[in-house]
Amino acid sequence: MGTVADAWVWLTTGTNWQGESGVGNRLGEHLWFTGVCLALSCLIALPLALWLGHIGRGGALAVNLSNAGRAVPTLAVLVLLTITPLGRHGDLPTVIALVLFAVPPLLTNAYVGMREVDRAVVEAARGMGMSGGQVFRKVELPLAYPMVMTGLRSATVQVVATATLAAMAGGGGLGRVITAGFNTNNTPQVVAGALVVGALALLAEGVLVAAGRALDPMRSTRRAH
Amino acid sequence: MSAVVSAAGCLAANEWICGEYLRSRGQELTDATVQHVWITAVSVLIGVAVAFPLALLVRARPGLAAPVLGLTTVLYAIPSLAMFSLLLPFFGLSAALVVTGLVLYSLTILVRNILAGLASVPEEAREAARGMGYGAGRLLWEVELPLALPAVMAGVRMATVSTVALTTVGALVDYGGLGTLVTTGLKSFFKAQVLTASVLCVVLAVGADLLLLGLQRLLTPWTRIRRGRIREAG
Repeated sequence: MGTVADAWVWLTTGTNWQGESGVGNRLGEHLWFTGVCLALSCLIALPLALWLGHIGRGGALAVNLSNAGRAVPTLAVLVLLTITPLGRHGDLPTVIALVLFAVPPLLTNAYVGMREVDRAVVEAARGMGMSGGQVFRKVELPLAYPMVMTGLRSATVQVVATATLAAMAGGGGLGRVITAGFNTNNTPQVVAGALVVGALALLAEGVLVAAGRALDPMRSTRRAH
Repeated sequence: MSAVVSAAGCLAANEWICGEYLRSRGQELTDATVQHVWITAVSVLIGVAVAFPLALLVRARPGLAAPVLGLTTVLYAIPSLAMFSLLLPFFGLSAALVVTGLVLYSLTILVRNILAGLASVPEEAREAARGMGYGAGRLLWEVELPLALPAVMAGVRMATVSTVALTTVGALVDYGGLGTLVTTGLKSFFKAQVLTASVLCVVLAVGADLLLLGLQRLLTPWTRIRRGRIREAG
């Protein structure tokens, strides 16, 4: 376990956290990419998916998109975007790639969640005189909420992972700590960088699970089942 | 692009699509593809070999379900670059590092799908087999596994497609198959190399998926017969 001890020493050395290539700055870049791209992806995917789910169309698109997303290597997309003219605009390739890979899980899960709402419940709501908008807000959305959150969680896992890979395509983020360690044959740095990335990924997952439970509109009813 | 741009010209002009690249670097491309395929195949095979006993263990002791499924979910959340890096002290710069990382990722999908497949076996089928004197082993091999096959194969297909894509990250330690061509292409801004390797990667994923779908059909001829009868009846 000598390597873990060496990695710990590397992590607790203050100078490794300072400067442009220090862990502090890289962590900031990583959080910025992840946050901005997740927000952007939600803005694109969720209204579209919820609307398609509400009117009941575009199912094939929503499902195939996420299957296709799995077959496309993230690394290849990052590198391809970097060597297009887009690559001259700093972090733009990373941002585009992150959004591209976050949209499919968000879209598919939100859509499936909307379609899995019991039709009888929707009919009953309509029978009670609810308008389309009311059915959407008071019936469909609360019932689809767990699937929307599942989508958000897998999108977050995807975004944190892709933001790390951006380093292999010359982008910023915490992956740079790892690739820099590889370039200088500094195994403690590689392991230290990986530990920070792993901790961040698990923390993000944990925060989302907790937030998902706390914000659940049907918290009390669901627990009874 | 007119015919004036000769075949050799596209390499010099660094174009995205270049026939001369395919001709002059054919060997390099083949080697990378072969490496990509064997790393993926070995990883998925080991993944299945590990996932089966795990799934059977979880089924036999439901108390273990939460820890095993929780652990595989946690592994899945770890970014690939970090996963491969964490394995570095144990495996060094080797293909074993990439294969181990890929196996760990495949477990999440495989264990869940194998469990779902086994759970989908109708209880009547089990009862009937037991009534005919089948022991636990024979019941598993001759009744449960064949009936669980569609769900199991769905998992194997998903795991394979993800693994083909993830193998590219092995470029970090020079065992990334086509991924290595992608990253070396980036260093010299070699457009044809990056695009060709990326497209081949997607082709491999789709090809593997179709191949496994064919295998699934061959292994489960009864699903087609049943579907055919329903169609006749309807």
